Amino acid sequence: MAIPFVAAILLAMRLDHGAARAPSDAAHPGFTLRDETSAAGIRFVHHRPSFDPKIAAIEPHVAALGASVSVTDFDGDGRPDLYFTNSRFGAPNALYHNRGDGTFEDVATSAGLADLNRPGEGVSMGAVWGDFDNDGREDLLVYRYGYMGLYKNVDGRHFVDVTAQAGLHRWMNSNGAIWLDYDRDGLLDLYVTAYFRSDIDLWHLTTTKIMHNSFEYATNGGKNILFHNLGGGKFEDVTDKMGVGSTRWTLAAAAADFNGDGWPDIYLANDYGPEELYLNQGGRRFVLTTAGLESESKSGMSATIGDAFNRGRLDAFVTNISARGYLFQNNNLRLNQMSEAGRFRNVAEGAVADAGWAWGAQFGDFNNDGANELFVANGFISADSSKSYWYAMSKIAGANARFFEDASTWPAFGNSSLSGYERSRVYLNRGVAGWIDVAASVGVNDLYDGRGVAVADLWNHGAQDVIVADQNQPALLYRDYPDSSNHWIGLSLVGTRSNRSAIGAEVVLETGGLTQRRIVDGGSGFASQNDRRIHFGLGNREWVDRIVIHWPSGTQQVLQHPAIDRITTVTEPER
Amino acid sequence: MSDATGLTSAEPNVIVRVWQRTSKIDPRYLIAFLITLVLVTAQLRYHMLGSYDRLVVALGVCLLTETAFSLFDRGKVVNLLSAYISGISLTLLLKPQGGSLLPFVLGGFLAISSKYVLRYRDNHLWNPTNFAVAALLLLAPNHISVLSHQFGNDLTTNVVIWIFGLIIAARVGVLHITLTYVASFLVLNALRAAALGQPVLAEIAPITGPMYQLFVFFMITDPRTIVRGRRRQIMVAILIAVMETLIRLASDKGWQLPTGFNAAPAFFALALVGPVAKWIDLRRAAYK
Repeated sequence: MAIPFVAAILLAMRLDHGAARAPSDAAHPGFTLRDETSAAGIRFVHHRPSFDPKIAAIEPHVAALGASVSVTDFDGDGRPDLYFTNSRFGAPNALYHNRGDGTFEDVATSAGLADLNRPGEGVSMGAVWGDFDNDGREDLLVYRYGYMGLYKNVDGRHFVDVTAQAGLHRWMNSNGAIWLDYDRDGLLDLYVTAYFRSDIDLWHLTTTKIMHNSFEYATNGGKNILFHNLGGGKFEDVTDKMGVGSTRWTLAAAAADFNGDGWPDIYLANDYGPEELYLNQGGRRFVLTTAGLESESKSGMSATIGDAFNRGRLDAFVTNISARGYLFQNNNLRLNQMSEAGRFRNVAEGAVADAGWAWGAQFGDFNNDGANELFVANGFISADSSKSYWYAMSKIAGANARFFEDASTWPAFGNSSLSGYERSRVYLNRGVAGWIDVAASVGVNDLYDGRGVAVADLWNHGAQDVIVADQNQPALLYRDYPDSSNHWIGLSLVGTRSNRSAIGAEVVLETGGLTQRRIVDGGSGFASQNDRRIHFGLGNREWVDRIVIHWPSGTQQVLQHPAIDRITTVTEPER
Repeated sequence: MSDATGLTSAEPNVIVRVWQRTSKIDPRYLIAFLITLVLVTAQLRYHMLGSYDRLVVALGVCLLTETAFSLFDRGKVVNLLSAYISGISLTLLLKPQGGSLLPFVLGGFLAISSKYVLRYRDNHLWNPTNFAVAALLLLAPNHISVLSHQFGNDLTTNVVIWIFGLIIAARVGVLHITLTYVASFLVLNALRAAALGQPVLAEIAPITGPMYQLFVFFMITDPRTIVRGRRRQIMVAILIAVMETLIRLASDKGWQLPTGFNAAPAFFALALVGPVAKWIDLRRAAYK
């Protein structure tokens, strides 16, 4: 009996100490991601906020968000530009104009988008671009711990604050917002998520009882708000009427037509709670559905949408927390089975399930082989690497809510790290063989505290470059170098009956046994927005049979044999 | 009610009758009932299992191992209630990396086989679940964590489990162990908080969590691994609390302990103190 006992002990030891043999694919993933931040002239450094001294003991925790990145072409020159948010009073946000020569120039000050972090108004937590007035120029919504701000793009170079006129002057402690056209009237509506309650001013606290009331099923967060675009530059709060006012500490949202009924649904990644799916009932109301999302409550950080296995469906990837010995919540990779089964099925296992304390994530076909890879940013708080707050966290995390709802009862954070110095992950998609982490072999080695992640073809070179906004640290730009033998196709959509940004348009590519679905992004992941242009990798296929565009208006447009290895602009047909 | 003589006979009420009736039940059935209650409550209210396959695997491995080892060791299959309790406990306590089922296989096997391998004078020394969890946390912390925040941090669930737990602990005759440990934990950790200048509430908070519920009702009170004699049992419970406080003090001071000691100090306190106490107890009994 002793022999199998000892064998079991040895096997347990081997779990952690056994030599893990890397799959051969890891050495040849078909792409590299080179850090070209400096060469591109990106010098943005995020600074975290400071709050009321009453919560000084856990300020590193409360102030651990705010680094975001969103992509747009704000001046209409055909090249994507970048917007980064900062989170300290006086620290400027940055608008990096793509000069087309491989470099970027910060024009936020002249554009009127730099000085947005001011006492009394709050600090930026993120931003999303969308042409809310359909004038052909991308406008910007900045969400804050404080008043949100809507900035109208007046001439492709300058922006004016139209928040008050739009009816959006509202104090929210928000970490996310998305543009969507939920009623398909051709005007972009706005869904803003709330984290801390909206009656809390983090600089002037009247109580320290501001934290969550459960680590698993918290319901005392801020109330998410849906604003209906009335036209004429006005918005109306329709949250209660539409039934989407979750108070579950939402960190991220994404919208897509998950059940194939033609109407965009809303998917929420909630901290301290289960994910939520609000199904759109013909633009008249949303209904909260479980859809298999309630099976294991976690700490959702990022709502990432993409076709994980080329099934022509939009699946969801939601990041969570894993910390050795303390907590394995594991990321969720949820296959969309809404049409046939009315639910999602979590298939995350192995490497893709555990990325550390994971934040922003995005799908992107980095090697242009026709299947999406995944980029995941990690790490919560990197301070003194010899001190970990996990032990202190473990004291209160399992306790009754009364012990942690009040910030003053938390153990002091000091200069401790909490899942700090974690590296980003790049998961290679091997289909049924699973996902493997190839970050080291493709050149991604940073140990920053990543938050927002966006993908974009920054140089119009047929590749998916990655931009990472790091908390309290410099932003990073990874240029993608895919295998040159692979082909690709890019589409830039312009709505006519639909919103001009084409946000929410879903595009299905079919060729040579390959089916892929993409969506025009109105905000997804965590505190981020991707290039709104659609990119498909084709592998060695030299043609595309057809592309079907499902416009938000309901129009379906079919493109037969479109040209490949280039970005084509497609305008929505009038009828 | 009166009899013919007019004297009143004292008829016990329902609660007393139920209490008396439970005294005839094998304590293991009461413990099995309690752990099942915890599991069902946690699953129905909080979906804490994630998937049922881990329950099937942990239970299956525990039952199969008990069957095989008892057949090999004693030539007959022993009562499988103990294996059932271990299987449920492991399902509740282990949180694997990436949804792997291997920790449940290893945990179940280690828990049951430890009873047959790590013995002294025909008695096992470790509570099986405690041994398995501590061993896995020590050997494979990159792949296993323990129940840390579950059961929704909810007062109602806490109270229900504490009430049932205390009643059953009283019925099984180990209530004094539970209460001694809880009292020692509160006093020692309040003192530790005062000594370190840390918020007291944060230091006594863990006792309200589900991990400690499983610890005080299923591990330190395990009838097969506690020492004999009420006074000695109380002393050992205090020693476990003292050991836990020392581990926590070391963690507070930033000593580089294995992760498991920081994540589950109570489990390691029991794993260190319990077997030594049991060994001394068995040795004393043998000399007498």
